[in-house]
Amino acid sequence: MAPRTMFQKIWDAHVVRQEPGQPATLYVDLHLVHEVTSPQAFDGLRLNNRKVRRTDLTIAVADHNVPTDDRSGGNVVLEDAVSAAQLDALARNTAEFDIEYYDMYSPNQGIVHVIAPEQGRTQPGMIVVCGDSHTSTHGAFGAIAMPIGTSQVEHVLATQCLSQSPLKTMEIRVEGALPTGVSAKDLILGVIARIGVDGAQGYAVEYTGEAIRSLSMEGRMTLCNMSIEAGARVGMVAPDETTFAYLKGRPHAPQGDEWDAAVERWRQLPSDPDAEYDSVLIIDAAEMAPYVTWGTNPGMAVPVTDAVPSPSDFAEQQDRDAASRALEYMGLEARTPITGIALDRVFIGSCTNSRLEDLRAAAAVAKGRRVHPDVYAMVVPGSTQTKLLAEAEGLDAVFREAGFDWREAGCSMCLGMNPDVLQPGERCASTSNRNFEGRQGKGGRTHLVSPAMAAAAAVAGRFVDVREWE
Amino acid sequence: MEAFNKITSAVAALDRVNVDTDQIIPAQYLKLITKTGFGPYLFDSWRYGPDRAPKPDFELNRPGYENARILVSGRNFGSGSSREHAVWALVDYGFRVVIAPKFADIFHKNCFENGLVPVIVSDDVLEQIMIRAKEQPGWALTVDLEAERLDDGAGFSAPFVVHEDPETHAFRRYTLLNGLDEIGLTLRHEADIARFEAARSR
Ligand code: SF4
Repeated sequence: MAPRTMFQKIWDAHVVRQEPGQPATLYVDLHLVHEVTSPQAFDGLRLNNRKVRRTDLTIAVADHNVPTDDRSGGNVVLEDAVSAAQLDALARNTAEFDIEYYDMYSPNQGIVHVIAPEQGRTQPGMIVVCGDSHTSTHGAFGAIAMPIGTSQVEHVLATQCLSQSPLKTMEIRVEGALPTGVSAKDLILGVIARIGVDGAQGYAVEYTGEAIRSLSMEGRMTLCNMSIEAGARVGMVAPDETTFAYLKGRPHAPQGDEWDAAVERWRQLPSDPDAEYDSVLIIDAAEMAPYVTWGTNPGMAVPVTDAVPSPSDFAEQQDRDAASRALEYMGLEARTPITGIALDRVFIGSCTNSRLEDLRAAAAVAKGRRVHPDVYAMVVPGSTQTKLLAEAEGLDAVFREAGFDWREAGCSMCLGMNPDVLQPGERCASTSNRNFEGRQGKGGRTHLVSPAMAAAAAVAGRFVDVREWE
Repeated sequence: MEAFNKITSAVAALDRVNVDTDQIIPAQYLKLITKTGFGPYLFDSWRYGPDRAPKPDFELNRPGYENARILVSGRNFGSGSSREHAVWALVDYGFRVVIAPKFADIFHKNCFENGLVPVIVSDDVLEQIMIRAKEQPGWALTVDLEAERLDDGAGFSAPFVVHEDPETHAFRRYTLLNGLDEIGLTLRHEADIARFEAARSR
C-alpha cells in the first residue's frame, strides 16, 4: 500500500460510503454537544421525527453560558433569560433523546474540549466532532477532530455520520527545542503570525518535529486548539508514549487487555515515513519568543520584545487598512513597545489554556507576588475536575494570595456569553484564542498571550517579558 | 430547505476583507434557541450606535440597499467561528446570495446547509461588481444558478461557481437547486451505515 499520512489512515478507516464528486460519508466515534449550538439541531430532529442514532457515542455538557461565580450551593439563578433558556433546552433535549448530560453542578462539568480528554473519551484514531470551532483541540491525541455547524450537529445526531469532502494535508514541522519561557501558546501564535489567519485554510495540519514531541499533552492541545485560527479545520499530533501515559487509567480509556490491544492499534497511526503532505512548513523552534497580539485577529501578533507595528509596515493596501482599523479599535499607537501597554483586566482560562499545566505555569509566576492595583485578574479552570486537582495542590491559594479571583469552570470570558465580560474600552491580557472585535464584550480590547505571560502582566499591570522573571 | 434557481435583486456592497462571524452576528445574540429571528442583529456592532440608532456610515444602512438580497464582500468572508448563526442571520435579514472571491471554510459549508448561495468570482469580477454596487446603490444583478451566470441586463455578465473544486461545485449546485438537506441525502444510505457499524463491533 502506498505510504499514507496519519490523516489519511484515520480517514480511510471511517469511510462508510464514497461516491465520486460527493463528500464522503464518515463515521463519527465521539460527538460532543453543548448548549449554544445544539437547540436548533434537536428542534430539527423533533420536526422531522428523527431519533439520535448512537446515544452511547454522544455526551452533552453546559459550558458556554454558565456563571463562574460560586455554584456550590446548587441554586444558581441565571440573570440572562436566553442563557437560561439554552441551558433548560439542553437539559430537556438530553432527557428526551436519552443523552448523558453534565449540568453546571456535575463534577464532570467543564469546557467541552477540556472534559473529553480528561475523562479519556478522546482517543487516538477517532473522528471527534462538536459544534464548536475549537474541536481541533482533540487532534492532539492523533484524532481527526473537526468543528461542525448546527445543521451538521443535527446530521450527526440523526446518522452518526458526517458528510465531508477531503482536506488537503499540511505538515508543520517544528525543529529544535523551544527556548525556556516559550510555551505551546507562543509557538502557535508565532505560527499564525507567520502564515496568517487563512494560511492553513482547507488543510488538516499535522504538527511534527522535535519541539512537538517534547510537548506535554496539554501543550499539544493548546497547539491543536488554535489551528483553527490559522484557517485549518483540523490540527493533529501523532500519538506516542506521552499520549499513552496521559490516557492510561482515565475513566473512559480502554482497560486491561483492551488497553494493550488499543495501544497496539494506536502505534500504527503515525504517518508513514515517506508519506507526502500537500504542503510542508518548517519552523525553527529556537526563533520563537513569547508572543502578544496587538490587533483584532490572532495573526496580528509580535514577540513581546517588539513594538506595535505601523500600518505602513504592510505591503498590501488591504492589510494596511486592516491594521489601521485594528489600531483604532484597540486604542493603540503604532510603534508603542508591547511592554508599554497597560492593562485593566487579565483572564486566565478557555479551552486553549485552562488545564492543570497552564494553571501551574501561571501560579509559578504569581507565587509570592501581587496583582497590580489597577488590574482585575481572574482564573477560570477549564473543568471542575481541573479545579479540584488545582485546589489539591494549593494553586487556588497561590492565586488568591496574589489577588487573583479564583472561579468555577466554564468558557467564561473567552467569549463573554456569561456575565464575565469586558466593558467598552477595557484592555485585557487573555489566554484564550480569539481577539476579534467585541469577542470578550462589546468594545473590549483583547491581547492573546500564554498563561505565564498573562500572570506576569497581571502583576506588572502591563506586558512584561516573562523570560526575565524566570 | 428552500430551493434556489435565480433571483434578481439590488446588491449591497460591504467592501472589507476577512469579515468574521463575530461581526456578522456578535456572540451576545447567539442565545436564541430557534433558527429564525437573528436578522435584526446582523452586523450589530457595525450597524447601530449606542442608542441602537442605525449608523449612517455603515454600508448596509445606505439608501438603495434596503431590499438587497445579494451581498458582495471581500476575500475570506465568514472567517472565524463555526457558528451557523452567522448564516441564519444573513438569511433572516433577507440575503439569499453572498458574493466574494473566497469564503472561509466552515462558513462556506454552512451556506449550503441553509440555502444561502455562496457565489465565488475572480478578483477582477469582484471589483467590477463592487464598483457598481458602491457607485450606483440599488444596482440590480441577476444570479442564475442554473446557468451559473451573473448578469445585470446592461452589459455586465460573468460566470461563477459555488465552490472552487469542480466536482463539489456540481454537487452543491445540484443540492441548492433542489433544496436538498444533507440528512435526507445521508439517510438514503442507512444500510451502509448499519453495515459499517456491524463490521466495527465484530
Ligand atoms: S473556551 Fe472559548 S473557544 Fe473554548 S469552547 Fe469555550 S467559547 Fe469556545
